[in-house]
Amino acid sequence: MASRNKKDIDLIDLNRTPDRKRKKKKINNNREFSVVMYIFMALFLSLSAYFIYFVGFKSETFINSPYNPRLANMAEHTVRGSIISADGKVLAETKTGKDGTESRVYPYGAEYAHAVGFATNGMSGVELDANFQMLRSHEFFLTRLSEQLTDKKTNGDNCNITIDSRLQDTAYQGMGSYKGAVIAIEPSTGKILCMVSRPDFDPNTVAAEWDSLTTAETSVLLNRATQGLYPPGSTGKIFTTLEYLEEGNDPAKTYDCQGTYTQDGFTIHCYNSEVHGPQDLPAAFANSCNTTFAQMGLTLDPARFTALSTRMLFNRPLPTRLQNVSKSSFSLSEADSDASIMQTSIGQGKTLVTPIHLCMVSAAIANGGVVCEPYIIDSIESVDHTRIKRYKGEEYGSIMTGDEADQMKSLMRGVVENGTGSKLKTDAYTAYGKTGTAEFTDDKSRTHSWFTGVAEKDGKQIAIAVIMEDSGTSSKHAVPLAKKCFDTYFSE
Amino acid sequence: MVHFFTSISRFTMIFLLAIFTYDSFAALRPKTTERARRSRYVRQTVFMYLILINGNLVIYLNTKELRVLFMLAFECVLFAIVLLVFRAAYDGSNKPLVNSMAMLMAIGFIIITRLNIDKAEKQLFFAAVGMIVTALVPLIIKHGAFLSKLTWFYAVFGVGLLGIVLVGGSTVYGAKLNISIGGFTIQPSEFVKILFVFFVSCMFAEATDTRQVLITTAVAALHVLILIASKDLGSAGIFMITYLIMLYVATKNPRWLAVGALLCVLGLILAYFLFSHVRTRFLAWKDPISVVDGAGYQVSQSLFAIGTGGWFGTGLCQGMPDKIPLALSDFVFASIAEEMGGVFALLVIFLCIGVFLLFLNSAMQISDFFYKLLALGLGTCYGAQTFIMIGGVTKFIPSTGVTLPLVSYGGSSLLSTMIIFAIIQGLYVREYQGEEDEYGEQE
Repeated sequence: MASRNKKDIDLIDLNRTPDRKRKKKKINNNREFSVVMYIFMALFLSLSAYFIYFVGFKSETFINSPYNPRLANMAEHTVRGSIISADGKVLAETKTGKDGTESRVYPYGAEYAHAVGFATNGMSGVELDANFQMLRSHEFFLTRLSEQLTDKKTNGDNCNITIDSRLQDTAYQGMGSYKGAVIAIEPSTGKILCMVSRPDFDPNTVAAEWDSLTTAETSVLLNRATQGLYPPGSTGKIFTTLEYLEEGNDPAKTYDCQGTYTQDGFTIHCYNSEVHGPQDLPAAFANSCNTTFAQMGLTLDPARFTALSTRMLFNRPLPTRLQNVSKSSFSLSEADSDASIMQTSIGQGKTLVTPIHLCMVSAAIANGGVVCEPYIIDSIESVDHTRIKRYKGEEYGSIMTGDEADQMKSLMRGVVENGTGSKLKTDAYTAYGKTGTAEFTDDKSRTHSWFTGVAEKDGKQIAIAVIMEDSGTSSKHAVPLAKKCFDTYFSE
Repeated sequence: MVHFFTSISRFTMIFLLAIFTYDSFAALRPKTTERARRSRYVRQTVFMYLILINGNLVIYLNTKELRVLFMLAFECVLFAIVLLVFRAAYDGSNKPLVNSMAMLMAIGFIIITRLNIDKAEKQLFFAAVGMIVTALVPLIIKHGAFLSKLTWFYAVFGVGLLGIVLVGGSTVYGAKLNISIGGFTIQPSEFVKILFVFFVSCMFAEATDTRQVLITTAVAALHVLILIASKDLGSAGIFMITYLIMLYVATKNPRWLAVGALLCVLGLILAYFLFSHVRTRFLAWKDPISVVDGAGYQVSQSLFAIGTGGWFGTGLCQGMPDKIPLALSDFVFASIAEEMGGVFALLVIFLCIGVFLLFLNSAMQISDFFYKLLALGLGTCYGAQTFIMIGGVTKFIPSTGVTLPLVSYGGSSLLSTMIIFAIIQGLYVREYQGEEDEYGEQE
């Protein structure tokens, strides 16, 4: 050990010839110096390693912030790249006029208003998420060199997104004149296959119409798929069911549905006060029987139910790379009245959920309980089609066990086979789902129509959430729209 | 064409600095022949000039400001004099140390000229003053037997200066750092740290028994407490680290180091709960974007700059380092990283490590205990300050606002660092000459 130390502190003599004699006494007291040297070397090397890590891996997400004033500056040397759909359609591109003025063109106008977004007035959608990437250029270096020599702008990289334009078109047209949202995700990866929000606007004219857009009462700028908070209605029974099963209840246990159920002076009605008679869990789930779920809800432990809601991603940021996604909320406590417990159990009460959230839960059910983080940016390519970066699906983790996912799947299959989602019965693919009719005002005749579910065929899967505001029953609106989307997705 | 030259210069400057930095470390390798070493030093000097010229030319082409060329000429002359003075005044001086000092100053000049040419002029003036002062240092060291006897003068003078700042200093970014005398703004802590190292060296050269250690620790704590009260947390950190290292080396007792480090950690935790401004700094470090409109603004802007610059930078005059608060002083490292590139910035870190190692190396070769401690203490000051600065700017540690020695704009910082370099250079030379004498006696 001693000899080792001596070697470490071997003196370096900078101006003298190496063969010169050295005095021994100087070498004696240097052990501590080596320790000091090692301490500082460790500090500086970890600092350098951190710096390399930041510049190499961490900085990209950090600097793509609206607070970073530099990004706008980069546009001075770069023509912003295009946004391209999964099937090769150009959704946004920058065109340079003869006088050198640039304009951002969106060939599909309002159809992609929220998904692709806009690049002025603070930016939104993919335009915001991939802002930095599209302002960077990985063009062939000789091309770039000649551009620099002639003081021409270089071409920014293109951004390929996961959206399938056929599916987007079906969903967009299918919404008709209703407000609401459609979002579809590939369960095994988290790829967003379509994302529609209505009412919409024309991204080509955002700058000119900014004032009217921001003051519009219908909040057209809001992406309802990711930011719209809705009562889940009967789709919320997915969570009640999970909690009911996790508390060890027997799915075969039956409740008697008389069309209404009153507890503590508060009455729960089934849809149109229909009398379902004796209902076990699969039947109640397929028929969306409110009175059964209200009775089941009263037996549940509020603390455990709250814990389950957290695991189901309520009350916290959703795991996704998209920016500006709202938090869903769920609240239930021991102190709540029976009335509010019953309402929460049937998806009314104080629960609010975003369409993307419900879609993620359906996707997880189809994917053995594992949530894959939804993402829309698939890859970045240079103008000459060299791939710069490929974004892969990232698993967030399990929100339910594989057994529970299978159980939920068979319950959701029941909805299609002999329940409220029977319109989805087809030979073309196998569909699973849950309908919902959500009250949103005191006027009980006005309801949002919901559907969330999955379809699969030969290992190909798609999860979807559809909400059509103020449209009435789900079987007449949300379910047929989901069917159209499934049909498109599985048609070759 | 201008854009092309700017773009290409990013790579040439990185290349020049890479070779320079390599040479500085190569000088530390024991088995190098004298001739090889000499040619390295010559190459270093040439590359330093090339970087200076390259950088300033880019700035000139982008700004078309003639003053840039005048400045370049003056800087070239100044460096020629610095190199000559050190060669003359310090016979047998530590050449890689002089070269590194010149290189760091050259990088500083480039980035300051790019950001604010008026301030670059001032910096040039300070450098000239610094050069004169450093030329005098060897004289003092040579006849410096009295230096080890002024123990309490250093302590009283140092504490007094810090006290004046605490009472009468002007508040900048929430901290009291400066006093104004006759139109000049001075940051006394930059000079007090030298006095402080002198004081501690005197005390420990005298004795290292428990009584002496306790007295010295009490005085050191007084320095640190005044700095904390002035909210100058960065300087407090530098003093603390320097003292702990000196204590450890002087007593050869690692227990002191452990106890001291433990007390520091406890102190930090206590400060976190006691002072809201410490909590704010901590929050701004943990998640600067969440408080980007307030405490996190500086660090966020700094990270935007570093991140947007990427590995090779935007090129001089192409980025927006002017958006970083204190882009010239406390955050100069971010400005460099943005425009000259992450690789260049990394090389600057390596260059600073090289300087620190050269300092320690000099200290190791000194036989007189007082001088040895002095060199160690000043070297540690340099190392600690560099680490705290770069760590803070890159969000490796919470940002506390200190300057990057020799690179940052600021007369006090530049002057005090030049003095530190000169003292170590002087001690190194003194040792060398002393040795010559002893060898002479033997013959």
